[in-house]
Amino acid sequence: MKENENLGFLNINSSLYKTRLSSKFINRKSYKPVDPKIILSFIPGTVLDILVTKGQKVRKGDELMILDAMKMQNKLKCAFDGTIKKICVNRGDRVSKGSVLIELR
Amino acid sequence: MVVNKKIRELQEKRKKVFLGGGEQAIEKQKAMGKRTARERIMTLLDKDSFMEYDMFVEHDARDFDMDKKSLPSDGVIIGCGTIYGAPVAIFAQDFTVAGGSLGLMHSRKITKIMDHALKMRMPLIGINDSGGARIQEGVNSLAGYGEIFFRNTISSGVIPQISVILGPCAGGAVYSPALTDFVFVVDNISKMFITGPEVIKTVLGEEISMEELGGARVHSEITGNAHFFAHSEEECFEQIKKLITFIPWSNSRKARAFEPGEPDKSYNPEKIVPGDPTLPYDVKDVIKSVVDKSDFFEIMEHYAKNIVIGFGRMGGRTAGFVANQPIEMAGVLDVDSSDKAARFIRYCDAFNIPIITLVDLPGYLPGVDQEYAGVIRHGAKVLYAYSEATVPKITVILRKAYGGGYIAMSSRHLRADFVFAWPTAEIAVMGPEGAANIIFRKEIMSSDDPDGMRKQKVDEYKAKFANPYVAASRGYVDAVIEPKETRSFLLHAIEASENKEVKLPEKKHGLPPF
Repeated sequence: MKENENLGFLNINSSLYKTRLSSKFINRKSYKPVDPKIILSFIPGTVLDILVTKGQKVRKGDELMILDAMKMQNKLKCAFDGTIKKICVNRGDRVSKGSVLIELR
Repeated sequence: MVVNKKIRELQEKRKKVFLGGGEQAIEKQKAMGKRTARERIMTLLDKDSFMEYDMFVEHDARDFDMDKKSLPSDGVIIGCGTIYGAPVAIFAQDFTVAGGSLGLMHSRKITKIMDHALKMRMPLIGINDSGGARIQEGVNSLAGYGEIFFRNTISSGVIPQISVILGPCAGGAVYSPALTDFVFVVDNISKMFITGPEVIKTVLGEEISMEELGGARVHSEITGNAHFFAHSEEECFEQIKKLITFIPWSNSRKARAFEPGEPDKSYNPEKIVPGDPTLPYDVKDVIKSVVDKSDFFEIMEHYAKNIVIGFGRMGGRTAGFVANQPIEMAGVLDVDSSDKAARFIRYCDAFNIPIITLVDLPGYLPGVDQEYAGVIRHGAKVLYAYSEATVPKITVILRKAYGGGYIAMSSRHLRADFVFAWPTAEIAVMGPEGAANIIFRKEIMSSDDPDGMRKQKVDEYKAKFANPYVAASRGYVDAVIEPKETRSFLLHAIEASENKEVKLPEKKHGLPPF
């Protein structure tokens, strides 16, 4: 423990503890509720094909996109009835995990 | 004369093998700051103790022109020697020979020394420096890895297994170190990963260097795969030698006894811990105030620093220490610290090392990330490991022991053999602020001066419960002791439990929450 070290505070059960805070704790992502209308890439991969267009009405179970990842052609299906509000990627795009692919309305 | 000629012939053959992959390859190895495999063994083991086996083993692969290639010792050196007189079996991959790649005979040499170590009940040290599978040998090479992993698993908890990563160790090959007890890494030399930077770039388009992906720092600070970090091979070998002095040769023995010595007087336990439970201190100073010669050998120093683990000696015999660290994240239990502590507790239990637990924690780390990361099942590992351990378990409650954290940290209820508490101990269901907010919620809310009322109720709670005496009155604490009495109580406890015997119900194996 260094003298005059700049320490932070951690609140556990209403008590404030003077302590070093780990970088993992400082850089943690704060929670955001999941929006089912925004379709995210669940795995990193390449957009092989887009099967819908902007404004198109879609039904639950319709195929929206083919995402090529880990030597598999994954078909992304619609989870509910709706309308395509925005297509956020192009054919051939490489997408990382968690990137927005399609927004529905 | 014929005999002399034959002896010379052997000497010539040895000389050729000693050159490994040849002078050029050795130069390349040195340019990377690395020693050759044989130099490593000679540096690590006691002088002149190494006896090499299987020096003349060669591969018999024929595909892809392999029949035209001679690979001295098939790229790995095996044998036995001693470290401070303790017997060890060792293998060291030779990167100068075909990049230390693992073919069938290479793997057979490794499994031969593994079988030997298990049969002779001696520690096994593996020095890894290999480009990976020898592609030309196809599935034979994969079979070789499988045979190694199997033996790592079967030997686990019988003989100590130590992995030293002194070069690349990538793909499936990383699972051998991961299955062993302790992994040593060296800055800028060790590289461990399942999928390398090139694959990551091709598949994900993310660029990262080998060092950033799987270097020594990454595994010491972020992943927790490595237990000891060194700046040079030399420092690394010193760490291994020191570790060997603390651990027994096998699970049927105890660690060797050394000359006992008093701790350094500059570590005064009465001065280390502040009375205010929200103020930090370095718990390693408390450990140094009780262990022989204040010599504490920390394990996983850079990972999950909110818990401290390591070895020290009490009256000359090895003890394992587990301690909450108030200066780091207030000493909370979380996913990583639980994992770190639980594995170490099981190590001590497997190898007959008494466990001394120093308790000062406010509880578990709150957060969505912690809950999503499975703090329930990871936290449960600590309870499991302590409950299952049958080695002597000695607990000292220094200050805070609240709620689930109190139970988890080797409490009487998990069958600690001895529980001591300092007068500063607060053994309670939660901290005074949290408790007062719940118990006196109505009084505080309806008061004209809620803050004043809260403070009054917090003080009331503190006076009643923030002490060791409620727990002591139930016998959950065996003795409330002065900080300066800690070493003598610990020595007493270790001596008293010398012949401890506990039998658990018979079973094939339990189901720890891995």
